[in-house]
Amino acid sequence: MGTAIDSKAAAWNAEEVKAELLKKYPPKVARKRAKQILINEALENETPEISANVRTIPGIITMRGCTYAGCKGVIMGPTRDIVNLVHGPIGCSFYAWLTRRNQTDAGPDGENYMNYCFSTDMQEQDIIFGGEKKLAAAIQEAYDLFHPRSIAVFATCPVGLIGDDIHTVAAKMKEKLGDCNVYAFSCEGYKGVSQSAGHHIANNQVFRHIVGENDEVKPGKFKINLLGEYNIGGDGFEIDRLFEKCGITCISTFSGNSTYDQFASAHTADLNAVMCHRSINYVADMLETKFGIPWIKVNFIGAAATAKSLRKIAEYFGDKKLIARVEEVIAEEMPAVEAVAAEVRPRTEGKTAMMFVGGSRAHHYKELFNEMGMKTIAAGYEFGHRDDYEGRRVIPDIRVDADSRNIEEIEVEADPTRYQPRKSPKELEALEKAGYQFKYYDGLIPDMDNGTLVIDDLNQYEAEKLVELIKPDIFCAGIKEKFSVQKLGVPMKQLHSYDSGGPYAGFQGAVNFYREIDRLVSSKVWGYLKAPWQRDPQLSASYNY
Amino acid sequence: MLLRHTPAEITERKALAINPAKTCQPIGAMYAALGIHGCLPHSHGSQGCCAYHRSTLTRHYKEPVSASTSSFTEGASVFGGSANMLQAISNIFSVYNPEIIAVHTTCLSETIGDDLPQIKKKAQMEGKIPAGKHVISASTPSYAGSHVTGFSSMVTAMAGMAESTGKKNGKVNIIPGWVEPADMEEIKRLAGLMGVKSIVFPDTSGVLNGPLSGEYKMFPEGGTTVAELKATGDAVGTLALGDWCSGDAARYLDKEHKVPCKILDMPYGLAATDRFIDALRTMAGITVPDEVALERGQLVDLISDMHQYLYQKKVAIFGDPDQLIAMTEFLVSLDMQPIHIVTGTPGKKFEKRIKELTAGLGRPVNVKAKGDMFLLHQWIKQEPVDLLIGNTYGKYIARDEDLPFVRWGFPILDRQGHQYFPTVGYKGGLRLLEKILGELMDRKDRDDPESKFELVL
Ligand code: SF4
Ligand code: SF4
Repeated sequence: MGTAIDSKAAAWNAEEVKAELLKKYPPKVARKRAKQILINEALENETPEISANVRTIPGIITMRGCTYAGCKGVIMGPTRDIVNLVHGPIGCSFYAWLTRRNQTDAGPDGENYMNYCFSTDMQEQDIIFGGEKKLAAAIQEAYDLFHPRSIAVFATCPVGLIGDDIHTVAAKMKEKLGDCNVYAFSCEGYKGVSQSAGHHIANNQVFRHIVGENDEVKPGKFKINLLGEYNIGGDGFEIDRLFEKCGITCISTFSGNSTYDQFASAHTADLNAVMCHRSINYVADMLETKFGIPWIKVNFIGAAATAKSLRKIAEYFGDKKLIARVEEVIAEEMPAVEAVAAEVRPRTEGKTAMMFVGGSRAHHYKELFNEMGMKTIAAGYEFGHRDDYEGRRVIPDIRVDADSRNIEEIEVEADPTRYQPRKSPKELEALEKAGYQFKYYDGLIPDMDNGTLVIDDLNQYEAEKLVELIKPDIFCAGIKEKFSVQKLGVPMKQLHSYDSGGPYAGFQGAVNFYREIDRLVSSKVWGYLKAPWQRDPQLSASYNY
Repeated sequence: MLLRHTPAEITERKALAINPAKTCQPIGAMYAALGIHGCLPHSHGSQGCCAYHRSTLTRHYKEPVSASTSSFTEGASVFGGSANMLQAISNIFSVYNPEIIAVHTTCLSETIGDDLPQIKKKAQMEGKIPAGKHVISASTPSYAGSHVTGFSSMVTAMAGMAESTGKKNGKVNIIPGWVEPADMEEIKRLAGLMGVKSIVFPDTSGVLNGPLSGEYKMFPEGGTTVAELKATGDAVGTLALGDWCSGDAARYLDKEHKVPCKILDMPYGLAATDRFIDALRTMAGITVPDEVALERGQLVDLISDMHQYLYQKKVAIFGDPDQLIAMTEFLVSLDMQPIHIVTGTPGKKFEKRIKELTAGLGRPVNVKAKGDMFLLHQWIKQEPVDLLIGNTYGKYIARDEDLPFVRWGFPILDRQGHQYFPTVGYKGGLRLLEKILGELMDRKDRDDPESKFELVL
C-alpha cells in the first residue's frame, strides 16, 4: 500500500485508519467526511484536493466555534484601547472575556480595556421591540464613563435576526460623540461555517474604518506591519523584541497587543509580514492594492523559521547594514536555542505529534516539532480554507458556496493620493529573480510527509479514534479536546491559547516550546495510569511466615 | 492596575453591563444534563454557543465535556432549525449512542421560534429515536434569566421524566442545585450516613471529577440514571436545595405526581446544613446518627477556636443567588459582615432575602440582583472590605484593591480542588472556613511588622 509511515509507532496504515474513522457514520455523513480526510501523497507540482470551509454536520461534536468568536475573540480581542461592546444577550460577551490569553502591556498610564467585558445584556423586551435604542444608550454610557478613542460594536445571533441596524446606530453615535470612532461588525454566529468568517468581517471593518486615519510619518528606517499575530501568551512581545534588536520598526501588529493608532497608521509601513495566512491574507492584499505595500508570508514559530523570516524581511529592504545586523542577531540568539534543542532531543527524537488547530498554527508548529526531531503524522485545521492546505494557487478554483457568499468582500482601489509602490518593477523583478516570493503561501499539504493524514474540521469522535488507533506521543488542539485526549493517556498541548505557557514565537519561544514538549512527553504521570494490581492481576499470593 | 478605568464614583447605567456576574442560560442546562447518566447535551442553535459553553465548563471542571450542536448557518436561521435538529438526532444516536439526549435552545433558535417538543414528535414519528432511548428538552433563551435559570429549566425537564406507579418507593428525592460534583457526592454521603435512600438529580459526581486511567468514556459511570429519574415520581418527598436552581422541579413533582416537597437553602455553612439534615430526618422518618452530630460539632469547634480572626471582618461577595444566600447567612453566623453583595441573576426575592439575613448587622448593606462586578468594584472602592469571595473573575478586583480573595462559585478557572473537595455540609463548612481563615492569616503574616510577626496564630 505504501502509505504506512515509518515511525516507531508504525503499526498503522493510513487507509485503514481512514476507513476506521468513517465506519460508524451514516452513509451521507461518511461521504462528506471522506472528502475532508486526505492521505497525503506528496505529488510533484500538484497537491491533492481537500474539501474545506464547508458546513459542520449537525449533531457531530465539532471543535469549531463561530463567526463572532473569530471577530470579537480573535481579531478585536487583543486591541487594548478600543472598547469592544457586544450587542446581544450576556453569554457571548462573557465567554470571550479574557479567555484567549491575549497579553498586553499598556504601561503605567496607558488605556487598556482588555480586562473589561462590555455587553448590552439584551432582555426579552429588546428582542421583541428591537435593541437599537439600548445600543445607542450603551455606547453613550461607555463614552461617558471612559472617553475611549474608539468603540467597536459586535452583533450576536439574535441581533441579526431581529434586524437591529447596528451600523447606522454606530455612525450616528460617532457623529454625536465627535471624538470617538464608533463602528460595528455584523458578525452574528450563524454566518459562515466557522470562526473564519469572523476574521474576515473584523478585518474588513478595521480596514474600512481605521486604517489610514493617521498619516503622521513615524520614525524608523525599516518599517513593517506584522499581520496575523495575536500575542497569545506573549508571542508578540518576543517578536517585538527581535524586531527592535534588529532595528526593524513594527508600525502595527494586527492585532496582538495593538492600539487604535497602530491600525490607523498601518498604511505608512513599507512591508507587510503575514503570520497567520488564514485570518488576514485579505488585509495584506487590500493594503497592497490601496497603498502599494507588498506582502510576504513569514513564520516566527520555530527558531529556523524565525531566522528565515528575519532574513526575508532584511532581504526585502536590501540594506547591507540591516542584513548584517540580522545575521548578528541570529548568531547571538541561536546558541541558546541549539543548546536546549540538543538537551531535549534524546527524549523527543522520533516521537510523533498530531495537530488540529485553527487556520495556520497547525502548519507553523510543525517547524518546532521538526526542530526536536518529532514527526507530525496527522494535522489539519479547524477552519482553514483550501488555500491554507493546498497553497494560494488554488484560490481561483475555490467554489464559493452560499455560506461564504454572505461574507462581504470589499472592493479596494488604489488610493488617489496615498498609493505609492514601495519598490519599482525593476526592483521587484530583481528580488523575484533571486527567489523572493511575494504574496505567496504554499499551504500545509506540501509540507506534510507522504502517507500522513491531513484532516479538515476534525471532530471529537475522530480525534479519539485517531489517538486510540495511532497513539501519538503528543496531540495538539484546544481546550475542548484536552481532557478527552488525556484520558486516553496521551499528553495534550493546547495550541490556541497555550495552556499556561508561552511565548512560543521567536528564539526564546522555541526554547520555551522545546522545554514544554519535553516535559509533556517525558512526564512520569503517563506511567501511573494503571495501579500495580491492575498491571499484574494475579489473584492471590502465598506468604511464608 | 488591571481595572484602572473603574471610577469610585457610581453613575447610573441603564443599558451597559460591565463585567457581568452571570452568564447565559444554556451553559446551566448543559451542566445539569451532564448529571444524567448516559446523556449527551445538545445545543440547538449555531455552534459557537455550544463551543463556548463546552470550553467554559471544561476550563472549570478540567474534564471532557461532550455536547453536540445543531450547527445553524444562515439558512437554518431563516427557514427554521427543524431540519438540522432532525439530522442531528439521527447522527447522534448512530455515532455516539447515548441513552438520552437533553436538548436546550439558544438565543437564536428561541428568536426564530423553533418548537422543540414539536420537533421531538416529528423525530419520533420518523423513527429517528431508537426504542428505549429518550430526548428531553428545555427552553433556555438567554435574553431572560441567567445560567442559573437555564440550569433550573433543565432540572425541571428531568423531573418531567418522572412516572408515578401509585406505589411509593420509600426514597427521598434530593435536588442539589448548581453545586460541584464533590458537593453532590457529599450530599449523597450524608444521606447514606443517615441511612436515607435517596435519588439525587442531577448528579455530576463521577462524570465531572473522573479518574485518569488510560480510558476515555464519553459516558462515564456517574450520573442519575433514567430509571432513577422515572422513579422520582414515586418518592416519599423531595428536598430542593436552593429555590433558584431546584424549586421549579420540586414544585413540578409535587403538582404532577403528588410528591410533597420542601424547598430549602443550599446546605452551605452551619445553619443551612442543620436545616437540611433536619428536613431529611423528618422526611425519611429516621433519627440522625451520632456521626453527623460529630461532624457538626467539629465545625462549631473550629468557629469558636478562630472567631477572633473573623469577628466584624467586612466581606464582598458575588455569584449565584442560592449560593450567595447560604454564604451570607454563614458569614453573618461567623460574626463577619457581608456588606457588598451582587448577583447577575434577576429576582427581587434575592435582595429581600439578603436584607433579612443581614438585618442584624445594624448597618447598611449593598445588595443587587441583576448587578455586575463593575458595580461591586465601585462599592468596594467606596467602602473597602477585608475579604472578597467569588468566582475567578474576582481576581482582577482583588489584585487592584489588594484584597484577600477566596475563589468560590462558577467559574473557577485558575485554582483546583473545587471538583474534589465539597463546600456543602459540615465538612464543606470546615473547608470553607479553612479557605477564609487561610486567606486572612496569610494576609496578616504578610502585613504584620517584623516585631509582630508571630509563629503561633
Ligand atoms: S447567543 Fe449563545 S452564547 Fe450568546 S447569549 Fe445566547 S445562548 Fe449564550
Ligand atoms: S492560527 Fe487560527 S486561531 Fe490563530 S489566528 Fe490564525 S486562524 Fe485564528
